[in-house]
Amino acid sequence: MCGIAGLISQKKIKENGSRIKKGIVLQTERGNGLGAGYAAYGIYPEFPDLYAIHLMVAHRHGLEVAQKFLEEHFFIHAAGQIPVWDRQITDHPLLFRYFVEPRRYRTEQKLLQQADDYTIEKVMELNRIFEDAFVFSSGKNMGVFKGVGTPQEIYDFYLLDDYEGYCWLAHNRFPTNTPGWWGGAHPFNLLSYSIVHNGEISSYGINRRFLEGFGYYCRMQTDSEVVAYLLDLLIRRHKLSIEEATLVLAPPYWVAVEQQADGPLRDKLLALKIIYEAAMLNGPFAILAACTEGLFSITDNTKLRPMTVGRAGDYAYFASEVSALYEMEDGLESVTTPRAGQPCIVRLEESDDAAHCLEPDYAGKGA
Amino acid sequence: MAIAVNTPGLRSSFRPVFEREACDGCGQCALECSFNEIRMETRAGQKIPVANGRACGACHRCELTCPRGAIRITGEPLALRPHGVWRPEAVNRIHLQAASGAVTLTGMGADTDVPIYFDRLLFNACQVTNPSIDPQRELMETVTYLGRKALSWQDLDGEGERGYHRSLIPLSMPLVFAPMSYGSINLNFQLAMARVAQKKGLLWYSGEGGLHRDLYPYSDCVVLQVASGRFGVSREYLQLGRAYQIKIGQGAKPGIGGHLPGEKVLPGISETRMIPLGSDAISPAPQHDIYSIEDLRLLIYALKEASGYKPVCVKIAAVHNVAAIASGIVRAGADMLYLDGYRGGSGATPAIVRDNVGIPLELALAAVDQRLRDERIRHQASIIAAGGIRNSADVMKAIALGADAVAIGSACLVACGCHVCQRCNSGKCPWGITTNDEQLAARLDPDWAEERLTNLVEGWHHEMQEIMGLNGIYDIGSFRGNRLILRGVGLSDRELSVLGIKHAGE
Repeated sequence: MCGIAGLISQKKIKENGSRIKKGIVLQTERGNGLGAGYAAYGIYPEFPDLYAIHLMVAHRHGLEVAQKFLEEHFFIHAAGQIPVWDRQITDHPLLFRYFVEPRRYRTEQKLLQQADDYTIEKVMELNRIFEDAFVFSSGKNMGVFKGVGTPQEIYDFYLLDDYEGYCWLAHNRFPTNTPGWWGGAHPFNLLSYSIVHNGEISSYGINRRFLEGFGYYCRMQTDSEVVAYLLDLLIRRHKLSIEEATLVLAPPYWVAVEQQADGPLRDKLLALKIIYEAAMLNGPFAILAACTEGLFSITDNTKLRPMTVGRAGDYAYFASEVSALYEMEDGLESVTTPRAGQPCIVRLEESDDAAHCLEPDYAGKGA
Repeated sequence: MAIAVNTPGLRSSFRPVFEREACDGCGQCALECSFNEIRMETRAGQKIPVANGRACGACHRCELTCPRGAIRITGEPLALRPHGVWRPEAVNRIHLQAASGAVTLTGMGADTDVPIYFDRLLFNACQVTNPSIDPQRELMETVTYLGRKALSWQDLDGEGERGYHRSLIPLSMPLVFAPMSYGSINLNFQLAMARVAQKKGLLWYSGEGGLHRDLYPYSDCVVLQVASGRFGVSREYLQLGRAYQIKIGQGAKPGIGGHLPGEKVLPGISETRMIPLGSDAISPAPQHDIYSIEDLRLLIYALKEASGYKPVCVKIAAVHNVAAIASGIVRAGADMLYLDGYRGGSGATPAIVRDNVGIPLELALAAVDQRLRDERIRHQASIIAAGGIRNSADVMKAIALGADAVAIGSACLVACGCHVCQRCNSGKCPWGITTNDEQLAARLDPDWAEERLTNLVEGWHHEMQEIMGLNGIYDIGSFRGNRLILRGVGLSDRELSVLGIKHAGE
């Protein structure tokens, strides 16, 4: 059992973390104090085109080695300690952040894809080579803040009142299969993709092997990290839309696809299921994911984990419990509970097709 | 010592024992025994069955057909002075060989005590944090597509919406019937497999004996084999199949070809194989147009061209360097790789080869799957694992190790009466399976065999779904290659590392 909260302003109106904190702190009972975290988008407007690398290291020596690695592969435009208030949480790793540009591919628009690939490769390399150092956030104009503690403790520790973002994710962890450690708290992030997850991914063994075939390296001893990597692979590298990516991660049943009338949609659903069989998620899950396009939720086909969505004006709110939606916004205009396997996607207003829950008419879900 | 010189071997360790009070002397047992173990004698005016103690192979045909239930097959160890080296099998084999001067032939897969790794693997199960799924109440899907797959949606370049899946072969569950040729088994048995494959959405393999005309209606679910003897390969044959299989090797006899003795080459077989009546059908050890991987590529593409680009499967035996060989085969253009392990069955094979050549399927499968992944070509070919699959747990363990589908051969024979007496090579199968003797073959009613195979497949399917459900997995795709589901017990670090699994307790 874990708790999830998220909010997004489709008009990109920024706010500090106080509302998201209320949403997740209300769900304190869904965790056990062994992990909590937040992700915020739009918080580094001064460096919108630089990768913001958040690094945790166990000790000074590890920091020097990791920093040297970063310098070798990136131009570091700014660097510093992530400000923390460590009166309450005293036992924590060293936390640093760097605003970087790849040495190989400068951040030119046409080389964006290569720059992203390069950055991922180096992040994975750093995480693999150095046992004591660990990059837990690598997107642009966004950041992940997480650790071992309750949602309130982690919020206070990272001074999240001081950040202004237009999209927030929060998680409260009750670890069961893997140890509670700083890197294992949610959100999990890769470039602009951040996810929080409630549940357990029974398909992890094959998801991980599938990702290794594309150069992703899983290090965090926890199943949830594969979701962030899968989104990067599917959406950024394989150019699937968010809708298509959700169809890969929580696909419609074979019988539902087979019942579809012959045509391009049926053929496409079959092709996605066949090609991405090993990317499909199995097991109980409710996942809330953020990217530069917006915020979206996915649940498993039997809906073994909860997810609710609330709307008010240009805002959308997601949470494991309805009460948490109201805690974030008491003037909600609507509250819906997506059906099993039904994704719910909220895009920023700059995009067309801004917000919708995918109708599962062709997905045969939730029956 | 004339008697000793002529003695072909030790007496059999098995023997029918007759319950004299129950026996009414009907003589059924003597008719049923195709090995002449039992004869009827008249003693004191009464007909009674008598066993000669030489030929009983424990097929249990007499026991199970006796109308009075008056027969029991007993097994007694040969009373040789115990010796750790010169065990009865070793002594017996030498006696037989010294009498014949021939290669000792046998049937079925290896009966040695080489480890069966499946028995050292255990499944995980959900407890608390990830609820198990009840297959009685929830959908539990086992749909599997075989063939060459795309790496990404982009690679399809629009083809995804134009029926990309039609280039692949759908299965309702990851199970196929292993290649067993017409000749090694009879038409009744092939017919039963073909019907079940068609009815259940599976595949059956023809083996190297061609496709009999009576089975043409089942050609939409058959993988037709092109072996080194090229038996039955015609222009028509190359149009008929759902897919084609190039046979390089067989688990029971890696490195040697199949052989069907002339006396088994009866009219139907002669016609289907396109060889003269009564001539020995000896397949060469290698394919004589394949002496390198380039040659294999030529044949793969020749078959694709001839068949209108149907999927081509290459069957190899699991041998030491199997991972590298598999990689070459996939790069040569194979759409499916059929991997036959050490314990794979055979209708006739030299015992010395069967028992001493090749490596266990589990190790080979794990190595091949990992190698293809390391080389990032795993999507280019489906892996079909075969060789000594005994139950649905073996199937699911093979799937978790990385197989796309699993082939069963011997299990099908057993489902239809076989008691694993290992005398398939004799052509005298008392259960009417591995024989084309008209009278013996008539013992196998294709309707009954169809029912038995259907039951087997359905039973296994339920069990496979149970195993998925208790792991909280509703789609076989998340089970496939998911080695975290498995743990080893009593295995060395080396074995665990080849299998790519953790030890129990880790």
